[in-house]
Amino acid sequence: MADAKPGNAAPAKKAATGAFTPSGVSPNRRARRSYTIRLWAVRHARFLEWFYHRFASTFLLLHPLWKAIGYSRVEAPITFIERNVKGLMFDCRMCGQCVLSSTGMSCPMNCPKQLRNGPCGGVRANGNCEVEPDMPCVWVKAWEGSRSMVGGDAILKVQQPVNQSLRETSSWLRVTAQAAEAREAAAKDA
Amino acid sequence: MAHIDENPLGRDLPLDPLPGHSSRGRLERVLRRGEFAVTAELNPPDSANPQDVYERAAIFEGWVDGINAVDASGANCHMSSVGICALLTRMGYAPIMQIACRDKNRIAIQGDVLGAAAMGVANIMCLTGDGVQAGDQPGAKPVFDLDCMSLLETVRIMRDNGKFLSGRKLTTPPQVFLGAAINPFAPPYDFRPYRLAKKIEAGAQFVQSQYCFDVPMFRTYMEKVRDLGLDEKCYILCGVGPLASAKTARWIRSNVPGIHIPDSIIARLEGAQDQKKEGKQLCIDIINEVKEIAGVSGVHVMAYRQEEYVAEIVHESGVLKGRTPWKRESNLGDALVAERMDALRDGKTENQEEMADVAAHRPH
Repeated sequence: MADAKPGNAAPAKKAATGAFTPSGVSPNRRARRSYTIRLWAVRHARFLEWFYHRFASTFLLLHPLWKAIGYSRVEAPITFIERNVKGLMFDCRMCGQCVLSSTGMSCPMNCPKQLRNGPCGGVRANGNCEVEPDMPCVWVKAWEGSRSMVGGDAILKVQQPVNQSLRETSSWLRVTAQAAEAREAAAKDA
Repeated sequence: MAHIDENPLGRDLPLDPLPGHSSRGRLERVLRRGEFAVTAELNPPDSANPQDVYERAAIFEGWVDGINAVDASGANCHMSSVGICALLTRMGYAPIMQIACRDKNRIAIQGDVLGAAAMGVANIMCLTGDGVQAGDQPGAKPVFDLDCMSLLETVRIMRDNGKFLSGRKLTTPPQVFLGAAINPFAPPYDFRPYRLAKKIEAGAQFVQSQYCFDVPMFRTYMEKVRDLGLDEKCYILCGVGPLASAKTARWIRSNVPGIHIPDSIIARLEGAQDQKKEGKQLCIDIINEVKEIAGVSGVHVMAYRQEEYVAEIVHESGVLKGRTPWKRESNLGDALVAERMDALRDGKTENQEEMADVAAHRPH
């Protein structure tokens, strides 16, 4: 498929030069569709934040079930669902350590530089990405999204570097397991 | 009279650390004293000849407080910043080593930080780096393992906690003054001051800005920065530089990511008889404007391929106020190297049998 869009990162153009054009987890992978759904998610960041809180508590309620089946056994099907749902909604890259609630529901792993702490200095005057000229900068969108969220100021928190060993694992299950652990520890202390 | 940034016991001795300072470098001394600092950027050579680096550094001698050793800026291949710093520290210059996250992962970066600090690099500047698409090898794999923020935090942890990111202990932590970059001229404009706040939280002690050609915009940014009280927590150096011509300005505007040049600047260059001279004058005018803005602690002169003008620009703008930046800095390792050189000159040779004997009687 010829890539009609301009820009140096266009994979077809790049592949024609014989350069390394990885797919899958590569930060250079160009989304071959428009950014409509991703941008919708940012516009509805407040609703998604509300929804996620409900969703996370439901998941936590199901903790006994996950535990009974075994977290390692549910990992594969949950990861499959998570990848596809979040992939559609946010163009999720399955980094396994989701920070969407801190980034205005704009996935920072879609940034070609995978920045998790804010926009680089190369953002174009029209708010588009330096590397992919036709993509709106994910951090410009993140800032917009965070402004409409209740806990939007979480964007000001300094994020840890990505732990690459957690790639392709379920962030939902990890968060649930950690919350359950914290709850049990609190119950023990009390 | 001894220079203020000179060891009173002899100019060939390294500086003692001052209380409250995180490095032994003179850039930190100048900034903490409240003097207006000047830094410049060294154009990295595409050569393996050390002389090229020395010549390019010599131009700045006596005019700047620190020389930025860029790390493949614009994603173009050049001599590495570690290499440039090794040469500069050997000659007693005060380099600011830039580290870009584009080319190295956290393992390589932490190693480089230790190596640089051991060579006597007192200032490290943490950058994200341009995308590989901007440079001469767009087919390269972009690394971006850390980002500028986590890089700042990593080096701060190494310095203050004496540990690697993994938690392993360092026997001697690197004593470095930490820098970062800011770009007030790119969207999202209202997030930019908060991003500076994040950088300060992560460990930035000084920041150098992207080229400033739009002073009103910079002034608005600085107002917000002052409201947040950030200018008291961090030294802000404004990036300036001469434009060679209106044509170059146009090219930069459309080809170099993150540089904002207003139309009025291009119009002013176009209207001039001698565009190069006008570009230099423009740079001086901008320095004169930004130095009056509260919270600005210095300027960072990026005169790419016009390095010979840095001295003139600094002189004519009068930002040094008669101060002479100290020219040479002594290194902790200097005495050892000198001793070693003397030994070599004296023709001292090692006696292997004797060494083996000593080793045999002193098992580890």
